[in-house]
Amino acid sequence: MYWEPDMECMDREGLQQLQIERLQATVARVYMNVPFYRKKFDELGIDPDDFRSLDDLRRLPFTIKNDLRDSYPYGLFAVPLRDVVRIHASSGTTGLSTVVGYTKNDIKTWSNLVARVLTAAGVTKDDVVQIAFGYSLFTGGFGLHYGAERIGASVIPISSGNTARQIKIMQDFRTTALVCTPSYAMLIADTIQEMGIDRNSLSLKYGLFGAEPWSERMRQEIQDKLKIVATDNYGLSEVMGPGVAGECLQRNGLHINEDHFLVEIVNPDTLQPVAPGEVGELVITTLTKEAFPVIRFRTRDLTRLMPEPCPCGRKTMRMQRVMGRTDDMLIIKGVNVFPSQIETVLFSFEGTEPHYQIIVDRKGAMDDVTVQVEVSESIFFDEMKQQNELIKRIKSKLASELGIGVEVKLVEKKTLERSEGKARRVIDLRKI
Amino acid sequence: MLRIKNLDAGYGRLKVLRHVSMHVSQGEIVTIIGANGAGKTTLLHAICGLLRNRSGEMLFDGADVLRLTPEGMVFSGCSLVPEGRQVFSTMTVRENLLLGAYVQHRKNRRHDDRGDLEKMYGLFPRLRERERQLAGTLSGGEQQMLAIARALMARPRLIMMDEPSMGLAPLIVKDIFSIISRLRAEGNTVLLVEQNAKAALAIADRGYVLETGRIILEEKAEDLLLNRDVQRAYLGRDVDAETKI
Repeated sequence: MYWEPDMECMDREGLQQLQIERLQATVARVYMNVPFYRKKFDELGIDPDDFRSLDDLRRLPFTIKNDLRDSYPYGLFAVPLRDVVRIHASSGTTGLSTVVGYTKNDIKTWSNLVARVLTAAGVTKDDVVQIAFGYSLFTGGFGLHYGAERIGASVIPISSGNTARQIKIMQDFRTTALVCTPSYAMLIADTIQEMGIDRNSLSLKYGLFGAEPWSERMRQEIQDKLKIVATDNYGLSEVMGPGVAGECLQRNGLHINEDHFLVEIVNPDTLQPVAPGEVGELVITTLTKEAFPVIRFRTRDLTRLMPEPCPCGRKTMRMQRVMGRTDDMLIIKGVNVFPSQIETVLFSFEGTEPHYQIIVDRKGAMDDVTVQVEVSESIFFDEMKQQNELIKRIKSKLASELGIGVEVKLVEKKTLERSEGKARRVIDLRKI
Repeated sequence: MLRIKNLDAGYGRLKVLRHVSMHVSQGEIVTIIGANGAGKTTLLHAICGLLRNRSGEMLFDGADVLRLTPEGMVFSGCSLVPEGRQVFSTMTVRENLLLGAYVQHRKNRRHDDRGDLEKMYGLFPRLRERERQLAGTLSGGEQQMLAIARALMARPRLIMMDEPSMGLAPLIVKDIFSIISRLRAEGNTVLLVEQNAKAALAIADRGYVLETGRIILEEKAEDLLLNRDVQRAYLGRDVDAETKI
């Protein structure tokens, strides 16, 4: 099932023609309407009229989150405020929030792109979609809401929080699709078990999860516990919100809506393009945004492109699920460590629960890392000897994966803080 | 069908079009809107070869056509309905139509015009009534119909129209636009340049906004109608006055 088959299944040549047309128009518009870009282009001696191929994109400067903060609140808008019908702000996971705007057309485009993502994930007009993303300045709630309405599904705008009520409504309203962060889906699944609710009393079929990185193992857990098909989707408010990319039912990489977003993968240190298929930082240029176009926005998200054709028939490029963020990247004893690497190792052991926390501290001049992971009751109340055995095995696997030694601590189920939004995985206590 | 990348064109040392990239797909009506002097007519003339001072990439059905003469363009299936009609006023309606079919005769010595003439008279009954009349004596609307029919006699796969509503009475304008819609319904592909942006966007699938020789927007026609910049600049809506209430 496709939402816009002519766009999603367009041949490469047609797509590239459309991309260059839209890119040239976008570059001309930002140069005309956004002083920030005009100044930057002029400083670098870039004439927007010299912009002739998709490769010329590389000559343009990057835009970073700080540029958005420096222009707080409306400095980067490309249209007057009276043409803006919606204002969102980034969730501010790290640092200050940034403000973005949408014209009437932007909202229309956004709804359509989210409709594509929902359709690819199996959702149709017959579904009852429970949106447990926060409805706020955060783009997740409203983005998915408009997309689901566009499809014609029945939307429950429950927002996040109050897990018991989420589950009651899920039962009573016969919800068929759940939309939230993967960590909240986990919490809902656990709560359903604790409340002793029979999974078969629910009508859930699909789960669309996003807004934070998660692992394949976590997908398995959620799918098994909730008996649903769980897909990953990707977006960020600076670029638009959800709807940038999403998995199809193959669940192997996220289809990027390339007719609206031009993507590059660069090495986060050198900022040069990586070899095809290599992991690097995702950089996005918007092609159709009216109110808030961005040129080469550095997302800080790490992924790789998957140019192989997808059996689902969509011809758009896929990206691998986000493996981490460059700013999540911990430099421990000089080694780059991503929380997602630790997560993958933890979850490869029997008896661990998908809840963990990484605590980084400094003892003297040395970095010190402790990974706390929840384990099932049977293990926790096991003999000390067996616990120690498990710790030893986890430690040795982490050491071989990360190249540094870390402490591992097993904790009882539900001792780590649960989140209704994005999970807080890393606590960095170092004062440098 | 038509794919243009980085088309530059101008007159002498004056550059008018700056790296225009655009495309028209089979069965679409695509419109180019823009203010006076934005380069709309220049773009059409550069496409059909009337303007030779041009560079870039231009593919028509996959073949490079940038070096073709205007005549060559008509041969390959791209006809222009020029601005201001340009009918041969001292010839009859029928003669004008037959001239439009000259490529058919070049392609096939035994070409018979009767079928095509009948088709045109079916599409534009007024032309049948005026068949023997000199084209110069027709009204503006009738001349426009004649200009369109003359272009169609070449059996083009892409018809380009330059300001077909110019100087016509509102009722006639309505007729002309409904004819363009009908042409598309019959499988034709149309590239339409219009000052009357509202009417053009109402029948088009997609549109490009041309400003000082650059394309600054490409969107579905229905979305362009919603775009406030387009409304202000080309649709004559005083959006600011409306919001002050």
